[in-house]
Amino acid sequence: MKDLRKVLHSAQKVAEQAEVFSASARATTIQFEANELKQVQTKESSSIALRIFREGKVGFAVATGGGWEALVDMAVETSQFGGPANFEFPSSQNYSKVRIYDPKIKEVPMEKMVVMGKELIARIKGHTLEILCDVQVTKGTSSVSLVNSQGGEGGYEKSFFGLGLEGILVRDTDILWVEDSASSCRPDLIGIDDLANRVIWQLEMAKKKAAVCSKLLPVIFTPHGVASVLLSPLVLAFNGKTVLEGASPLKDKLGKQVFDKRLSLWDDATVAYGVGSYPFDDEGVPSLRLPLVANGVVTNFLYDLQTAALAGTHSTGNGRRGGGSPSPAISSLIVEKGGISFQAMVEDMKEGLIVEEVIGAEQGNLLGGDFGGNVLLGYKVENGEIVGRVKDTMIAGNVYQVSRELLGVGQETRWVGGILQTPPLYCSGVSVTTRGS
Amino acid sequence: MRDLITDVLKGQRADYIEIRCEESQATSIVYRGERLEEISRALNSGGNVRALVQGSWGFVSFNRLDGLREKVALAVEEAKLASREPFVLFPTKPVVDTVTPQLKRDATAVPLATKKELLEGYNDIMLSSPKIQSTRINYRDVKRRITFANSEGSYIEQHKTDLAGRLTAIAREDNEVQQAGISLGSNGEFSAVEGLHEKAGEVARRAAALLSAPQVKGREYTVILDPILAGVFAHEAFGHLSESDHVYQNENLRQIMVLGKRFGGKHLNIIDDPTMVDLRGSYAYDDEGTPTNKTYLVREGILEGRLHSRETAAKMGERATGNARAINYLFPPIVRMSNTWIEAGAVSFEDMIGDIEEGVYVKDWYGGTTSLEMFTFSAGEAYMIRRGKLAELLRPVVLTGNVFNTLHNIDAIGDDLDMNQGGGCGKGGQYPLPVSDGSPHIRIRHCVVGGR
Repeated sequence: MKDLRKVLHSAQKVAEQAEVFSASARATTIQFEANELKQVQTKESSSIALRIFREGKVGFAVATGGGWEALVDMAVETSQFGGPANFEFPSSQNYSKVRIYDPKIKEVPMEKMVVMGKELIARIKGHTLEILCDVQVTKGTSSVSLVNSQGGEGGYEKSFFGLGLEGILVRDTDILWVEDSASSCRPDLIGIDDLANRVIWQLEMAKKKAAVCSKLLPVIFTPHGVASVLLSPLVLAFNGKTVLEGASPLKDKLGKQVFDKRLSLWDDATVAYGVGSYPFDDEGVPSLRLPLVANGVVTNFLYDLQTAALAGTHSTGNGRRGGGSPSPAISSLIVEKGGISFQAMVEDMKEGLIVEEVIGAEQGNLLGGDFGGNVLLGYKVENGEIVGRVKDTMIAGNVYQVSRELLGVGQETRWVGGILQTPPLYCSGVSVTTRGS
Repeated sequence: MRDLITDVLKGQRADYIEIRCEESQATSIVYRGERLEEISRALNSGGNVRALVQGSWGFVSFNRLDGLREKVALAVEEAKLASREPFVLFPTKPVVDTVTPQLKRDATAVPLATKKELLEGYNDIMLSSPKIQSTRINYRDVKRRITFANSEGSYIEQHKTDLAGRLTAIAREDNEVQQAGISLGSNGEFSAVEGLHEKAGEVARRAAALLSAPQVKGREYTVILDPILAGVFAHEAFGHLSESDHVYQNENLRQIMVLGKRFGGKHLNIIDDPTMVDLRGSYAYDDEGTPTNKTYLVREGILEGRLHSRETAAKMGERATGNARAINYLFPPIVRMSNTWIEAGAVSFEDMIGDIEEGVYVKDWYGGTTSLEMFTFSAGEAYMIRRGKLAELLRPVVLTGNVFNTLHNIDAIGDDLDMNQGGGCGKGGQYPLPVSDGSPHIRIRHCVVGGR
């Protein structure tokens, strides 16, 4: 805080308003490669960023590892060309408590993390002996401090624990990838059992190969599949910036039914021990549980301070920084669970696909809602049964078309990658293209 | 600095230690529609220590040099936690050297006002074009000084510059949104972003034209790839498979990737070469201090070589190629490509397209990725080919396939090699690494093209 105040103080001499933000983190990762412990690494980082309003324009500069003295000059230089300062930095606030720090993180010994990795690999190898696993076990802490010229001030600490596995199985020239991960601010919430069971299920379903023809088919996107295929276009469309510039297909859809009635989605920065949670965003705005879609109706978009000011609305507490200046971004996205079990979805299918992971899904016309790519991991369903893994298969569709009328929203919901909680989604009419037909 | 490093390396109990320190300065400009969304400057400094003990690595990264001796000790302690088969790194001669780029007009020295004015000009052209709803312009230049030292006596200081950007036009009509763009890049030479006024106009017109363009019917086609997209194909489909860290501990993959095996026709040559002059993937020493080499990955259709770090080379009994690269001080070096391309053949574009009854011509880069066996990449621009001639513009298409089949299905290689400097490569969380790739036009039979 002392350094921040120093920078703030000297910035105030040349600027109408100023904001100083600092973030620091330390994380240790145990890395297994090809089933063996290859590397242990510790990363430390800290940065300090200055934003100023000078002569009505915004200036921004950031420094990591020193050079803080130069920040004011750099911010002044950029402010000559900066956008209009059309908002105020938030004044002093009472932030409600969001549970994101578990002091037990400090007590997790590296030896225990090594054992977790070894046990996880042993479990997977117990199912498929020839598999080669890359495993990462990470623990870390981070802290954020913020102070601005309008009296706003805040700080928090956060803990992180994560476990991830990627397995590769090569037979002749056939390569099978399986993958799963779990993370939380609380180390005791992360165990190897769930993760191992999910990966073993993937291996079991992928044991046989199944053929598919080119045509329109129903598809069940598993929680993984939702994250891999459907998430990116939606995240883009709900971003206040995309809406403001008129490029979002949802721009004039507030209050309108765009999605299936069974679909509800919200952004929630207050989830206890969620790795995407925070008491206030990177601009000092309190965090929210913000409904984006309520029973298929579009209800909100994500805003930071500047975008909100331009759009004539309020920040939703989604101003996030990825090294640069703040921009609207999700905290954690949550899709409400529905009423049909995964098993019942499968049994409902005469012919269709279950999609877990697609590569290249982000390469299409995301703004328009298109998705498409090569099915890295997916299974064919025939007459209500999973018959095997598909290969050399592409899917393509449009997220607005497939989610206007869903065949079902799953009962079983789970976290994927720490920032999305979703059930499986059962969609109709996805274009499937395969070799030789 | 050199004395400090020599001093902290003394008395450490490790088989090998390296220290890499970095200072950088970056400028970034972002337009979003008519709004200048970001214009910022960043200063960055930090470093890391990597230690090898009994076959395992410890790695510590940091922002501040104080307490460097303790950081080295932590890396050594971490390495001792692991327990792999000990090995000896592929030997490289200790080097003391300083490398400085020679630029005609260094982008990092160009005034901010000049950069802004230039980009604003392109933005105005795109925004004033019919049906353009919005634009995206991203520009970033960076200047870095990287100091590398290891316990074998190397001390190398490399100065590097890089420039990357993209112009995108977003067209909208009713509920339809389409976009088109071009990627830019150079080794820091500012000319790469100059004089693009005509191209900016073309991009805007293409985005608008896509609004009424049909979607390709998804199935197998004969496709012709332009040099940019064919370069992305060389990078995604084959380049990543040539990175030995995917292969060295995987017995089955080693069998697939055995040197001497045929991967394509006699006309197929694929090369990776960081020693090329003035490209984005060019450098003199990699991030393990290994001097660089030209590597033939495929020569006359036969697998001839692959890319190595000192570790993978040692473990596979091959030579280190100088391809161990780290995106910055926060990461240890891993095996990466540099400048990767398909060598020119002899077929003219007219001959290539002439006998295609129905096919797809794909141009320009939008994205690409690989799972080693399966690759997918998307074209920025696509046209139907009918009766040997270019026909209607198509919505953006995605190509996908199995690398082992697809390389054999390349049946024509053009005579017009061109290198593409746009974009950046991602692997293991390290993105975007400056690389370049290239190719002449190539024709692929039986390629799956995705559409609806």
